[in-house]
Amino acid sequence: MTKLTERHYTYWFLLPAGIIYFVFFLLPAFLSFFFSLTRWTLTDWEFIGLQNFITFFKEDSLRIGFRNTLIYAVTTSGLKVIIGLLLGNALCSNLKTRDYLRSVVFFPTLLSTIAVGVAFAKMMHPTRGIINQGLALLGIQGPDWLGNIKLALFSVALVDVWKGVGLATVIYIAGIMSIPLEYYEALQVDGGNNWHKFRYITLPLVRPAMHSVIILSFIGGLRSFDLIWAMTKGGPGFATDVIASIIYKQYQAGFYGLSTAGNVILFIAVALLGVPLYRFLTKREVEL
Amino acid sequence: MGGMKWKVVAVGLAVLLAALAGCGSSGNTSTSSSQSTGTSSNTEQTATESTSTAKEFEGVTLTLLMDNDSSRDGLTAVAKLIEEKTGIKTEIELRPGGSEGDNVVKTRLATGDMADLVWYNSGSLLQALNPEENFVDLSDQPFMANVADSFKSAVTVNGKVFGIPTGSATAGAWLYNKKVYEELGLSVPHTWEELMENCEKIKAAGIVPVIGSYQTDWTAQLLLLADFYNVLQEVPTFAEDFTANKAKFATTPAALRGFEKLAEVYERGFLNSDFLATDYDTALKMLVEGQGAHYPILTFALENIQAKYPDKINDIGLFGQPGDSADNHGLTLWMPGGIYLNKKTQHLDAALKWMEIYVSPEGINAYIAASTVMGPFAVQGIQLPDDIIPAVKDMVDYMNAGKTAPALEFLSPLKGPNLPQICVEVGSGMKTPLEGAEAYDRDVEKQAQQLALPGW
Repeated sequence: MTKLTERHYTYWFLLPAGIIYFVFFLLPAFLSFFFSLTRWTLTDWEFIGLQNFITFFKEDSLRIGFRNTLIYAVTTSGLKVIIGLLLGNALCSNLKTRDYLRSVVFFPTLLSTIAVGVAFAKMMHPTRGIINQGLALLGIQGPDWLGNIKLALFSVALVDVWKGVGLATVIYIAGIMSIPLEYYEALQVDGGNNWHKFRYITLPLVRPAMHSVIILSFIGGLRSFDLIWAMTKGGPGFATDVIASIIYKQYQAGFYGLSTAGNVILFIAVALLGVPLYRFLTKREVEL
Repeated sequence: MGGMKWKVVAVGLAVLLAALAGCGSSGNTSTSSSQSTGTSSNTEQTATESTSTAKEFEGVTLTLLMDNDSSRDGLTAVAKLIEEKTGIKTEIELRPGGSEGDNVVKTRLATGDMADLVWYNSGSLLQALNPEENFVDLSDQPFMANVADSFKSAVTVNGKVFGIPTGSATAGAWLYNKKVYEELGLSVPHTWEELMENCEKIKAAGIVPVIGSYQTDWTAQLLLLADFYNVLQEVPTFAEDFTANKAKFATTPAALRGFEKLAEVYERGFLNSDFLATDYDTALKMLVEGQGAHYPILTFALENIQAKYPDKINDIGLFGQPGDSADNHGLTLWMPGGIYLNKKTQHLDAALKWMEIYVSPEGINAYIAASTVMGPFAVQGIQLPDDIIPAVKDMVDYMNAGKTAPALEFLSPLKGPNLPQICVEVGSGMKTPLEGAEAYDRDVEKQAQQLALPGW
């Protein structure tokens, strides 16, 4: 047993943070488990058992929603992992404009997601948007980025990557900077070139950073909502609906119990995918 | 080392700047909103100063929550009249329109934080607000005698009347560019067949026959919803049967026809090529500029055209979505929204007085004087001025001929929340009309269960 003198501070110091965490996080979380079992009008509720979950799973667009959510999470997180690594590696070299480029790459992260979404939706307009007008100058007929149901989700995913890759890059830069220089010097003595440096030192030792990027961007992708809503509202039709946007539409329609049930399902789905992924990744990490 | 220090300072400054920029933008919005209320209270103050006699409700201020899409010219004029007569000031609070606005209204009602007067849709959307619990029953108020019965039925729940009309009625109709019609020598179609023939000719002339603006997804519903006059001609009891779970869109041929028309316009290539990426504002521009000939839309679009392209408003005409019989070409009407009285208001008498003046002939005339008339008023004994715009004149012709019917959402509490998306799917060939109708029936079933309606 530890004595009070060894601990420096009493546990009472945890209380303020604990209360805030309980009131604003734990309590609503538990309440939402309860309200997902009711027909709820915000003022009134009626217990209806698992009916909301049954209705939610019967939702027509749900299959599209689950498929899109997975595609979106895998695409955005995959691109962020790869592009972020390349950018991070490049921005750790001795480029003259390195610091400037680092801020350029990070800049989109600072912008409001909604503003980015609205701006890109305008730019991606098939005839009036700046992207296709630019392509037309080069003699290329640009696609209908957001109107084509096969392409729309990927267009949104690309914007998500543009906006989010800065954060991934910063995490990579931190990871690369923490690799001791001695390793590189040793490799240089042995006559290795830049590719060898990347392949045999940077890549294995940057794993912890890479895993953070994978986990963060994958879970972020699963929960993604704001950018999709700003750009397509889940449309055309239901073509870019993800679980979060289906839940939001149910909330808008006033189906509070049903949308709460959807959130519980999303929570379970994220946990089911996220926890094993995290376990798998941490097992493979190498000690520095 | 010195360089290092500077770097830290620079980063700090950058963070500070970003923080300031954030504050600045939020500060701006708050000042701009307070400015708008500031100017309105200014005008109100000058109005009170000019009259010195004590008024019945001197010093009472009523708040009114409304959406920011609707025109406020008429309302402001009536509010001024009310202040001159009674001393009641009106403070307008704005909220977004559409379903984002529904959230604001529902949340404020649920938390007991609602304004005194609530400006909101009539019909099915009102039912979702639980009016019996939240609003004052106006059935026995003497001023309700002025209000037309057709409107009353759209704000009646369980036999109790809850609202007064906000303004004039609108229609779900086909707006058309008269200049295009003149140039091509076309006449207004009275059957769906004639309309399709017109579209072929317009297409051959290199003009977009039907403007689609499905980027703004609610506009995709018009071809279906505006067909309801025709549904009622064939199946007069459709609304009751639909509410009672006895009639479905998929199994009622007259109702399914709306979905088929939606699909036909797409299949025959009558839509603009970028209809999935075109929004409502762009569509209006295409219509007034004659790039497109028809735009099926709610007639409140005329207000937007009037505001943005005042010199083009006389080029725009209107006809109801035609059915199969030329003798029975009618128009589907949307009742105006209602103004409802919050049960928790502190100023019940003042608010009732406010409503009484709003629907009095004096109030309506003040409304008409300050705004362009966009349709018939749901108040008895109101003479429309002679200088109304052509499209509204077309609308009044249908009224005078008795060939109008309310839209389904004013006859039934049911309107599935996913209808806009389903209509986009049918209207862009992703689903067949029958698949769309079946999907919508399931959507309605979900809503009926959530509303706990009997029979579902």
